[in-house]
Amino acid sequence: MTRKRRKKNVSRRKFLVRGGLGTLGVLALGTFVFRNPIRRSVFEMAETLVPPYDGTGTEANLWFEILKDNTIVLHSSKVEMGQGTFTGLAQIAADELDVDINQIKVVHANTDSGVVDGMSTGGSLSIASLWQPLREMAATMREMIKGMAAEKMGISIGDLTTKNGVVSGGGKTLTYAEVATNVTEWKVPDTPKLRDRSSYQFVGKPISRIDLAAKVYGDPIFGMDAEMPNMLHASVIRPQHVGATMKSADISVAEKMPGVVKIVKQDNWVGIIADSYTQALTAKRAIQVDWDIPKMWTEEGIREMLQVGKGDKMICQKEGSTLDTDDSNVVTLEFSSPIGAHAQIEPNGAVAHVKDGKATIIISTQVVQITQKQVAKALGLDMENVNIIPTYLGGGFGRRLNTSHAVQAAILSKEVGRPVKYFFSRKEEFQHDSFRPPTHHIMKGKLNENGLLASLEHHYASGDVAINSVLLPGAVNTILGTDIGAARGGNIMYRNIPNHRAIQWHTTLPFATSWWRSLGLLANTFAIESFMDEMAIKAGKDPVEFRLAQLNDDEMGKRIKAVITKAAEKSGFQEKPVNGRAMGFAACVDAGSPCAHVVEISIEEGEIKVHKVTCVLDCGIAVNPDQVKAQCEGSVIMGISAAMHEKMTLKDGQLYPTIFGPYEMALMRNAPKEIDVVLIEGADVPLPVGEPPLGPIGAAVANAVKRLTGKRLTDLPLSL
Amino acid sequence: MKISFNINGEPKSIDIEDENSPLLWVVRDMLDLKGTKFGCGKAACGACTLHVDGAAIRSCSYPIKMAAGKNITTIEGLGTRENPHPVQQAWTEHVVPQCGYCQPGFMMATAALLNKIPNPTDEDIDNNIVNVCRCATYYRMRKAIHRAAELTTVSKPQNQ
Ligand code: FES
Ligand code: FES
Repeated sequence: MTRKRRKKNVSRRKFLVRGGLGTLGVLALGTFVFRNPIRRSVFEMAETLVPPYDGTGTEANLWFEILKDNTIVLHSSKVEMGQGTFTGLAQIAADELDVDINQIKVVHANTDSGVVDGMSTGGSLSIASLWQPLREMAATMREMIKGMAAEKMGISIGDLTTKNGVVSGGGKTLTYAEVATNVTEWKVPDTPKLRDRSSYQFVGKPISRIDLAAKVYGDPIFGMDAEMPNMLHASVIRPQHVGATMKSADISVAEKMPGVVKIVKQDNWVGIIADSYTQALTAKRAIQVDWDIPKMWTEEGIREMLQVGKGDKMICQKEGSTLDTDDSNVVTLEFSSPIGAHAQIEPNGAVAHVKDGKATIIISTQVVQITQKQVAKALGLDMENVNIIPTYLGGGFGRRLNTSHAVQAAILSKEVGRPVKYFFSRKEEFQHDSFRPPTHHIMKGKLNENGLLASLEHHYASGDVAINSVLLPGAVNTILGTDIGAARGGNIMYRNIPNHRAIQWHTTLPFATSWWRSLGLLANTFAIESFMDEMAIKAGKDPVEFRLAQLNDDEMGKRIKAVITKAAEKSGFQEKPVNGRAMGFAACVDAGSPCAHVVEISIEEGEIKVHKVTCVLDCGIAVNPDQVKAQCEGSVIMGISAAMHEKMTLKDGQLYPTIFGPYEMALMRNAPKEIDVVLIEGADVPLPVGEPPLGPIGAAVANAVKRLTGKRLTDLPLSL
Repeated sequence: MKISFNINGEPKSIDIEDENSPLLWVVRDMLDLKGTKFGCGKAACGACTLHVDGAAIRSCSYPIKMAAGKNITTIEGLGTRENPHPVQQAWTEHVVPQCGYCQPGFMMATAALLNKIPNPTDEDIDNNIVNVCRCATYYRMRKAIHRAAELTTVSKPQNQ
């Protein structure tokens, strides 16, 4: 199986020479490095609540290739879904390789190359997890080239220098490509000393995105744009009701429609294959399906299941004693968040070609290798005979951590022996999402005589995030006893509060819920940070001072204090509204990155309007500060969208709405005109960036509304 | 039936059975211009925005028969790397795209807006740019739109 195959490949000493990489390949050379950068013990995981995106036995393998024109091609094991990873990886590699950033080209590794990440691209961990191994590998590669150059030039390696992809010494020069030409045996040195930060040329600089031109000129880089010769198009019928199964499908009319090549009936879906997409779609509408709908789910039914006190209980955090429920000084507030859709603009889909016992699939996916496994299993093929070719993603946000629909594309292709392209309709996207689960929270707190919290408790109920995901082996959940995805942001970061608790209640809902950018963080931070403000008001304290006083002075406590202080200072935070505008404060720490927001709002025509957001993030080393800022800006607005506009509901057994518009999202007019991002480098490694700033936004806005109107909003999406 | 139009400055004739087929699929699948994107098929997201006789159209909901005899411009015809449209130049300066999927639609919508209102206010932008970007790049887009307006009015043409 793969595990074995991979093990064989990833020897630190193994060095690979490949010829002929199709259009790319002139001269190819590569090297593997084995690392397991975020493999932590499950217990450590439980403590930090960092989901183990790389799982056990996963390695971040990368592969360089040198082309004749001295271009270095980096086959990325992580996919590019907008987060700017390709640019960051190019910067990191360029610095250690001693090449110019423009000499580096980054492409997606496919499974045939053997260098895909075993687990996924997610958790904002791409740069963080590849930081060390990529630098080591690039530095090793540079030394290999130098060593070979020394032999070819007859100069001692100590007299050679490297710059811009050229080795120089003794008045002679050779490009890396020239050095590599005709070399079949390489000596791999021990990992050389890595560059000192002061000598970075590219890391830490706001380099423009390397995929910018492709995206500005409309290049066909996405899964949706992929084609294969002689390709057919397909559409698929799926159940619209939650839990429905197909009894029968009448395809007699559709079969005879223009362009229809074949209609494939499977267990719970029907695939229509036609010459063109519009023909497939027209035929789809002519098919009558009889569904068995065991239960007409309603929103009330879901809310009934999903409550603190119901489902599996897990104490995630426990310090000091429990609050006495009879104590009349205990303040209790309830919060909730709705079902959230991913709503990435590029629909899911795939182009598949299955022929002669081999499958090739071009797909936008965050789980390259898991998709390979799923297809191999479904078709009864060896993994080696399934090649998954990832493309640029038209958005990920966690939706593409399950791309098992590749199997459907493969089955359809197998049925006709020709390549088939198919993708979800928007309605299918909305009804067959793996949603952000709805949540319910009860916050309890009690002040002491100094007006600080003596006790703080967060009780929350959530549907699946990590549990039942293809990403996590069931054993991890069993060991932890909790849904570590739902737990993100659920613990109390104010460790100076003598008594604090976080208790999770987990329930699996009748529709798929799973990873959604920032996981539990959005709802958990909304509950905790709204409550913190409420308690500050009750104590008659400034909300910033109130928070600072309850953070401890360990390393993380200090880093959280730093972002809070900076946010207050940079925004000129004040409690009292001025000229109809109020400020709201909130903070969180997510997967090691503390973040604080101050928002400025007013109420216009009965609607909350966010004018300005000051966002302070401690992300450690910002490999590309401009792209870190872009991630913050995007997270802030996506957070506004989720916290103020978005909501899926269950009605008559179906999930609604099924289209943009009715599924209200932030548009241009809802985006704040000012977003002031301040980055703090509180650690000497790059830390997660793409999710932490989603956390505080809901609470910050709700806290501002409270200060402006006196009204405490407790349910997302916020409405007056 | 045969339908003729100009696309990105070139005359084209296509043979299509269903005259109500959306323009989007003709452009993407028959003419192999993949820059115009599919997002919803219901005129609700704007990913498929292109120009018909200079106006922004959501091509997923525009029957091909209506394009007969008209001038169509897609992102591929808006500008090139060598000769970018001011909107593309502004987008590049402000590093707007994240995943990039929605961006052609936004750039086409912006280019059409600037034809109509050369110097749009924030309110004009809010009212006219109503596409959806899930990566939520709106903050940089707004700046880029103002910059594109500046580039358009200051120097015309700016790419000699
Ligand atoms: S695809 Fe045309 S508006 Fe969404
Ligand atoms: S850039 Fe990703 S949807 Fe707009």
